Amino acid sequence: MKRYLVIGNGAAAVGTVEGIRSHDGEGEITVVSGENRPVYARPLISYYLEGKTDLTKMNYRPDDFYEKNGCRVLYGRRALSLDPEKKTASLDDGSVLSYDEVCVAAGSRPFVPPFEGLANVENKFGFMTLDDALSLEGALRPDARVLIVGAGLIGLKCAEGIARRVGTVTVCDLAERVLSSILDAECAKIVQRHLEENGISFLLGDSVARFDRNEATMKSGKTVPFDLVVLAVGVRANVDLVKDAGGEVNRGIVVDEKMRTSLRSVYAAGDCAEGFDASVGQNRVLAILPNAYLQGRAAGVNMAGGDAALTNAIPMNAIGFFGLHLMTAGAYDGEMTEEKTENGVKRFFVKDGFLRGFILIGATERAGIYTSLIREKTPLSSLDFDLTKKVASNLIFSRETRRKKFGGVV
Amino acid sequence: MKRVYVNEEWCLGCHLCEYNCAFANSGMKDMAFALKDKKIFPRIHVEGDDRITFAVSCRHCTDPLCVKSCIAGAIGKKDGVVKIDRTKCVGCLTCVLVCPYGALAPGENGTMQKCELCLENACGAPACVTGCPNNAIVYEERGDEE
Repeated sequence: MKRYLVIGNGAAAVGTVEGIRSHDGEGEITVVSGENRPVYARPLISYYLEGKTDLTKMNYRPDDFYEKNGCRVLYGRRALSLDPEKKTASLDDGSVLSYDEVCVAAGSRPFVPPFEGLANVENKFGFMTLDDALSLEGALRPDARVLIVGAGLIGLKCAEGIARRVGTVTVCDLAERVLSSILDAECAKIVQRHLEENGISFLLGDSVARFDRNEATMKSGKTVPFDLVVLAVGVRANVDLVKDAGGEVNRGIVVDEKMRTSLRSVYAAGDCAEGFDASVGQNRVLAILPNAYLQGRAAGVNMAGGDAALTNAIPMNAIGFFGLHLMTAGAYDGEMTEEKTENGVKRFFVKDGFLRGFILIGATERAGIYTSLIREKTPLSSLDFDLTKKVASNLIFSRETRRKKFGGVV
Repeated sequence: MKRVYVNEEWCLGCHLCEYNCAFANSGMKDMAFALKDKKIFPRIHVEGDDRITFAVSCRHCTDPLCVKSCIAGAIGKKDGVVKIDRTKCVGCLTCVLVCPYGALAPGENGTMQKCELCLENACGAPACVTGCPNNAIVYEERGDEE
């Protein structure tokens, strides 16, 4: 009987467990969970603060998940090192676990630049985990002035989540625009304006030079008084377990399409891993939940002796702020064409006859049809793409393709 | 397992399936009362132009991307049927972003809904199929996966 070890307890870990169990109902599975709670839907922490979900509903899997899948979970434990020769992992309580196959699904941690004076700030919070959200919630006051450092996905979802529960929210970022990793300048402007209409203030192209107890002095010289600070500058992949064991790492743990690291019987999945991004044709960290699950699932299948490869992963995001939905996917590479519809704006990026990426703001109906064109590398010459720019439709496909999609088991 | 399939050659583009779907899932007894003067949120929709029309609803895929991608763990598959727990859904639309068929859309309250084959409402079998005047939508066994 095989012994499986899963280091981490997020979406990638769940994918790994379900992948293993799809091929091996017998083997022993041990899950090492740094957080002291069963797996929960991590991206929902902002929705929790907003009151759109609660601690019960945000469980990512039913309460009997571990029991049904025959998992032993070690809560509040961290793996300190791996020995790929002996096939053992050492934990922070001094115990040593033997395994036959291990998946490192250790996620990422916040990156906090060395701000001057940060130690003087009493009320500072991260926004990665449910514990972070609960601590922040405990400090929210109807008149609190909140400074969020970082206008990326985490910082802005936090802003939305707390906006109705505090006095003011100011978001600053070194970048000149919001969501600079997924939006171009003009789309970012639209989103920023919408956030401003909902009471969020911005200081962009500016960063904190110094923190005092209740005030930040910006590089521009402006001062921002605050009661609470949320640090959402960025994240770093947890690569150390594999790196220290001699495995290949870059920004993330380097994996192949089967999620194997360079170490024997060591797999990696999720935010700690750097897998293949089909939209740019090279490896990079795709720190999004769907990718974490899919990578974990592929790792699990392979660990259990099956054969799974993840070859068509692309960056993609569906995210909304105060009722405005945006979706992005792929690479913003090639010629851009814009469609304005009554619901919003769509930008498509086409290169060499293929859809490479898109940004949709407001107009998100049936966007998966666009995503599938990127993922499946469908030549646009084989369909009527102009037709579908305004409204995504299966009408673009040939009758034969539609017959396959809607007339058979898929 | 039985699924809903569409024969586009037979579709009249009448949109009756959308109304039957909305009514079936309204939980009400009277169709006029359930739908009259209301914006409807059906789980099947008719696409097309003036030449071709066809209805689209969930394919209940063998390997559903929506289930694997849901950030809330709100979508699952049981006995071959892909289902959403709408109390867990937060309306992020990730499932819309990944479904290659365009088969999911938000309901009136912003949480997602999709075809669940009318197995748990009063119909017991897909209302779109029962009500299709030209047999363009059928509910049958095709293929042998699962």
